[in-house]
Amino acid sequence: MVWNTLKRWYHQLGSPRYFYNFSSALLPWLWPLAVVTLVLGLVWGLLFAPTHYEQGDNYRIIFIHVPASSGALMGYMAMGVAGFVAVIWRMKMAEVMLKAIAPFGAALAAISLITGSLWGARTWGTYWQWDARMTSMLILLFMYVGVIALQNMIRDSRQAARAAGLLAMVGVINVVIVKYSVAWVQTLHQGATLKLVGESTIDPSMKWPLLIAMLGTWLLYAVNVLVRARSEVLWRERRSGWVRKLIGGKEQS
Amino acid sequence: MMAFDSLADFFAMGGYAFYVWTAYGISAVLIISNMWLALRGQQQVRGHIARQLRREQLLSEEQGE
Repeated sequence: MVWNTLKRWYHQLGSPRYFYNFSSALLPWLWPLAVVTLVLGLVWGLLFAPTHYEQGDNYRIIFIHVPASSGALMGYMAMGVAGFVAVIWRMKMAEVMLKAIAPFGAALAAISLITGSLWGARTWGTYWQWDARMTSMLILLFMYVGVIALQNMIRDSRQAARAAGLLAMVGVINVVIVKYSVAWVQTLHQGATLKLVGESTIDPSMKWPLLIAMLGTWLLYAVNVLVRARSEVLWRERRSGWVRKLIGGKEQS
Repeated sequence: MMAFDSLADFFAMGGYAFYVWTAYGISAVLIISNMWLALRGQQQVRGHIARQLRREQLLSEEQGE
């Protein structure tokens, strides 16, 4: 019984039309939630979180830097999974996701690098260093750009998805390195203060706005992915009856 | 409650104004433009399909006469 339910979900999620209808129901409340959450986290962090005893108010960059970095990493993992499903199972929706996830992820990776650089300028006394985490994030940015470029350059959308999917899969290894490089290699970047299990070493007055800003960023990322995926679905399925009715139905009286 | 005593203090960010506001500013530009582009892309796809449908409709009307 469970297996049949799972099979049904798998086929439903793989259906562009189902995805479109599903996301139509989801978006109207997801995007306000995303905006409110993100604004809440940032306003809290900028205005109400206490000044850092060592870094002063410079540390407030953290409320963008960590959300952007975590978002870029998670996006890339999701894109790697999409790449895998696209290459191995040739699933249409996976190919759609391969296109939809990349752009915002690239933006987040760029933001991570820029904000990190500005933060480090005064905290570490340098705008840049070829340390493990920073270099890995830069490579991640290049990977994102590569996935985008491949899909724009290759005419046939299914071939494009294959090439981009392969690049995405290979790049996932880089994400693993970024996550653990801080532990493996003693370099400039500090160790993790936010922990999934056990006590985080960051003060609660800073931890909560940070977590909220992270959540808001991820929700906004999801909104961006849904919007882009919907466009891609409409385009790919433009000859099908349901799309024609959806678009054309508004034109006819 | 607030970490700053005045609006001027807030903008000054304890002397780190350049770093903090540049970081927030560039991030805002990148996020907003990315979102805007995504929405515009959706508009363009819809418009393209609608125009194509209208073309087909006109063609079939022509042939019908």
